[in-house]
Amino acid sequence: MPPISDIFFYLFAAMTLFCGLMVVANPLSRNPVTSAIFLVLTIVSMSGLFVLLHAFFLAAVQILVYAGAVMVLFLFVIMLLDIKEEERRKFKVISSGIGALAVFGTAAIFLKSIGTTQWKGATPTIEGSTVALGKLLFDKFLLPFEIVSVLLLVAMIGVILLSRKELK
Amino acid sequence: MNLLAATVDLPSLPPVGLQHYLAVSALLFCLGVLGVLIRRNILVMYMSLELMLNASNLALVAFSRFNNNLNGQVMVFFIITVAAAEVAVGLALIVALYRKRQTAHVEDLTTMKL
Repeated sequence: MPPISDIFFYLFAAMTLFCGLMVVANPLSRNPVTSAIFLVLTIVSMSGLFVLLHAFFLAAVQILVYAGAVMVLFLFVIMLLDIKEEERRKFKVISSGIGALAVFGTAAIFLKSIGTTQWKGATPTIEGSTVALGKLLFDKFLLPFEIVSVLLLVAMIGVILLSRKELK
Repeated sequence: MNLLAATVDLPSLPPVGLQHYLAVSALLFCLGVLGVLIRRNILVMYMSLELMLNASNLALVAFSRFNNNLNGQVMVFFIITVAAAEVAVGLALIVALYRKRQTAHVEDLTTMKL
């Protein structure tokens, strides 16, 4: 009988990969809204994996920022665009097949190299709690933290400029 | 739990280690690449990019956990922040593009083609 965390790992991993596949290649619908909803599910199940890795703060941030903010932004933009247009286009089988072949090759190389590498078996004792991460963030990584805040300001100004009515 | 063990052949699964998380991360990254390659809708391509960023996040958190080092999680924190900024700017660009060209399809955007 494997430990319960292993069972949850396989559950969340399967859910992440299935929903990820549905984002990119849903056989039933090519509607971007469907892709967006499956991306939300991918992100939620991935935050489950983060909890299994004891990264509790990141699991919360993942849901808040990705499933909350980013996906709402995506859905707003989908609302502004014409999504019917996507379904009128025909699917290019040959070029997609070549692309899929290349990706399968890459995946095989990845999995082979992960499988054959000898990983150092350290016993995990780390806890990614808010306190530990906050101490690190405001001590060792203070400068990158401040730079990221400037980056967010730059992005904000850029978005406001880009979405003005008349774009010069 | 005993009922679950009796109905499903669970003990055949190996104990979960670093390589399992890395395998999930690698497969998710490949799904993102696949999405960029086979989809032609610029929004879905963008979602595939998010998938790839998430895959790298998962690998970083797994390394952080199994090497007993929190720096990887700080890196993921920064990646999430930068990804949010990138999504905002990228979607603003897509909206501006749509306003000018009335399309969200990459095959219609061939102005720079020689």
